[in-house]
Amino acid sequence: MGKKVAKEVSIAIADAVAQCKVDVISAYPITPQTHIVEHLAELVNNGELDAEYMPVESEHAAMSACIGAAATGARTFTSTASQGLLLMYENLFIASAFRLPIVMVIANRSVSAPISIWNDHSDVMTIRDSGWIQTFAENGQEAVDLIYHAYRVAEKALLPVAVNIDGFTLSHVIEPIEFLDQKLVNKYVPPLRMKYKLDPKKPITMGAIGIPEIYTEAKKAQDEALKASYRIIVNAWKEFEKLTGRKYQPVETYKMEDAEVALIIMGSLAETAMNAVDLLRKKGKRVGLLRFRLWRPFPMRDFIRAIGKVKAIGVIDRAVSHGSTGGPVGIEVRSALYQSNKRPKIINFIAGLSGRDVTVEDFIEFFERTYEAISKKPKFSYEIYGAKE
Amino acid sequence: MKFMEQRSKAMKAELKKFKGFNLKNLPEFEGLAPGHRACQGCGTVLPLKLSLKALGPNTIAVSTTGCMEIISTPFPYTSWKIPWIHVAFENAASVASGIEAAIKVLKRKGKISKRQKINIVVFAGDGATFDIGLQFLSGALERGHDFIYICLDNEAYMNTGVQRSAATPYGAHTTTSPAGKVIKGQITWKKNLMGIVVAHNIPYAATASPAFPIDLMNKVKKASLVNGPSFIHVLSPCPTGWGCKSEDSILTAKLAVETRIFPLYEVIDGKYILNRKIDKPKPIEEYFKLQRRFKHLTPEQIEYIKKRVDEEYEKLVKLCECFGVES
Amino acid sequence: MPKDQGLVSWKELAPGMFILEPGNSVKFKTGDWRAYRPVLDKEKCIKCGICYTLCPDLCYKKDKDGYFIPDLYYCKGCGVCAKHCPKGAITMVLEEA
Repeated sequence: MGKKVAKEVSIAIADAVAQCKVDVISAYPITPQTHIVEHLAELVNNGELDAEYMPVESEHAAMSACIGAAATGARTFTSTASQGLLLMYENLFIASAFRLPIVMVIANRSVSAPISIWNDHSDVMTIRDSGWIQTFAENGQEAVDLIYHAYRVAEKALLPVAVNIDGFTLSHVIEPIEFLDQKLVNKYVPPLRMKYKLDPKKPITMGAIGIPEIYTEAKKAQDEALKASYRIIVNAWKEFEKLTGRKYQPVETYKMEDAEVALIIMGSLAETAMNAVDLLRKKGKRVGLLRFRLWRPFPMRDFIRAIGKVKAIGVIDRAVSHGSTGGPVGIEVRSALYQSNKRPKIINFIAGLSGRDVTVEDFIEFFERTYEAISKKPKFSYEIYGAKE
Repeated sequence: MKFMEQRSKAMKAELKKFKGFNLKNLPEFEGLAPGHRACQGCGTVLPLKLSLKALGPNTIAVSTTGCMEIISTPFPYTSWKIPWIHVAFENAASVASGIEAAIKVLKRKGKISKRQKINIVVFAGDGATFDIGLQFLSGALERGHDFIYICLDNEAYMNTGVQRSAATPYGAHTTTSPAGKVIKGQITWKKNLMGIVVAHNIPYAATASPAFPIDLMNKVKKASLVNGPSFIHVLSPCPTGWGCKSEDSILTAKLAVETRIFPLYEVIDGKYILNRKIDKPKPIEEYFKLQRRFKHLTPEQIEYIKKRVDEEYEKLVKLCECFGVES
Repeated sequence: MPKDQGLVSWKELAPGMFILEPGNSVKFKTGDWRAYRPVLDKEKCIKCGICYTLCPDLCYKKDKDGYFIPDLYYCKGCGVCAKHCPKGAITMVLEEA
């Protein structure tokens, strides 16, 4: 067990990236991830990190440069949020199709319009289909641990990984962090060795035309790779537990063993929700909480197992999917359940948009509404909670 | 100041050592394989072939989306004999930046042999450079990466069927600047991309034409010897889009130079050098006559073009006098 | 059963659909595109190599005597070589039907 230090989570993330001996960093500022790239610049310019730091001219350029660097066999890093993520959108699909082990941190922030710098999940929910492995951190320790994990997984699965942290509410808070000892990092994240890369000694062509006679096969191959990465992700967490004693699983459960009603929430709001669970448990209510730590590939089996015998689930989304049948997480949950034998009732709320506070009282109300849903079907397939009428 | 002086000195030394190609000593190396799907007489794939010949096998190429990428990589075939990557339409300069940064740091960390000199070259069309990729080019030039950006300018978005770009010359007919009854062809003058590039203070920039293949190869080689970003603007005729006979494509590239429309010059470390003084330009009508995209030009338009071409040429001559190399 | 349209099995594709065989377009015959064929008159040829330099399709190869011979497997018959030969040693001849 190492010692814990108090650090701002953004700074801690940058330190973890540096520990992973990253080769190329492409940096563009955007609130609320800027502290990460600023600290990396300090580390490089102080000679503490031997990496090429590229202050690119846009997020699209940032991801393009990562693709070029990763294709050449370098370990890469970038971080972004909101509009930046949307600007690099086309490159995300290319990075995953090229099977490049890029690691990116997304400091989740609202998407324009209206322009907003505050935290919700609307940015990352737009990249569900991009083919990236996506994980969500709940607190600073987890954020740092997910960085080590990201590099190990990305380079074994040959797929890019996006680690999500809540902007401001996680990126800018000071938390106790225990860093992995450097010797253990070196073991957990061994030097990158890529079989297929840009090398004049072994010329290959990357990015040929996917004619109709091959595009389907190319997509299937990519899809199978993402599905197969589940094993790699879970094993990497098992290895991590051996090194640190900290156990991570695709779906985090809290007091679900005998729960009859559960809420699903992503990201750091889960810690607030856990307080509500504790309060209601004291009153004798059998409630529990579920959180997706692994979002893509969707951990279907873990999820179906985790819900146990609940009669109703309240899904708390933090993004709107306009005109759809639910919030993004609500849609996935309903779809996953429909394919299983379990049929808990579902109620779907959208809350905490653009940094709006979701309190313990709100979570208690969510639990009450979910209890109601057991016997009475909700009027709407999703409800934007707390909007002033 | 000191950095610029050092860079100047190092560059002069390298360039002095290079004696130049000629028809008798051309390298045998081919970076491109036959069997590609370019049109007959394509004047864009020719400078591509010549550039790769000049650069040799220790080269990594990045292409933008466009004719050159499409004709060379229809799965499962590839005409590239060197490592090659294509990502998207606008970002080849950023991808090349990433490759350059990776090679730099991997050499520093001992993962790639420091002695292996690897050229990084971008092949981008005019649409990808003048329009959608201008930001990315500017960023890469400003950051000073050691790479070569070759703009193969066929003066329109040829791959998608001849739509206008900022490189389309005034008056030219394209599908989005058609020669109609009221408005006859492109209404804006060709964007001065060399001016924009030179403003970034890069060590080497030049224009080239495939009708002067040795000159083109020499410029590409010089660009590879220079440490820092280089840019070469190649006028690349497209018989399909320009509406000329396939056998005339290189002839049009020659006339473009000889009529002063596309002068051949270099800007080495900020100093302008005119490679070919055109004191007696060929009549501009000879150039237009060969291409259907100009056949609708009115006498007023031709007059305007003549005047402006001469003005720009005179401006270039003045630049060579004021900011040229001391003889 | 769905119609089998794929070129290769998805399991055989290299990751990223990369093409691992450089320059394999040599297997593709572009020679049947042409309507005209270049014919060399060796008497006039001065072996300058301009045809070899200007051919967009990399058709020309030097033979043992130093003459540049077009490879008709790839030649698209564009006529650039004939146009720019300084001695007019190349003529474009219509291919027979």
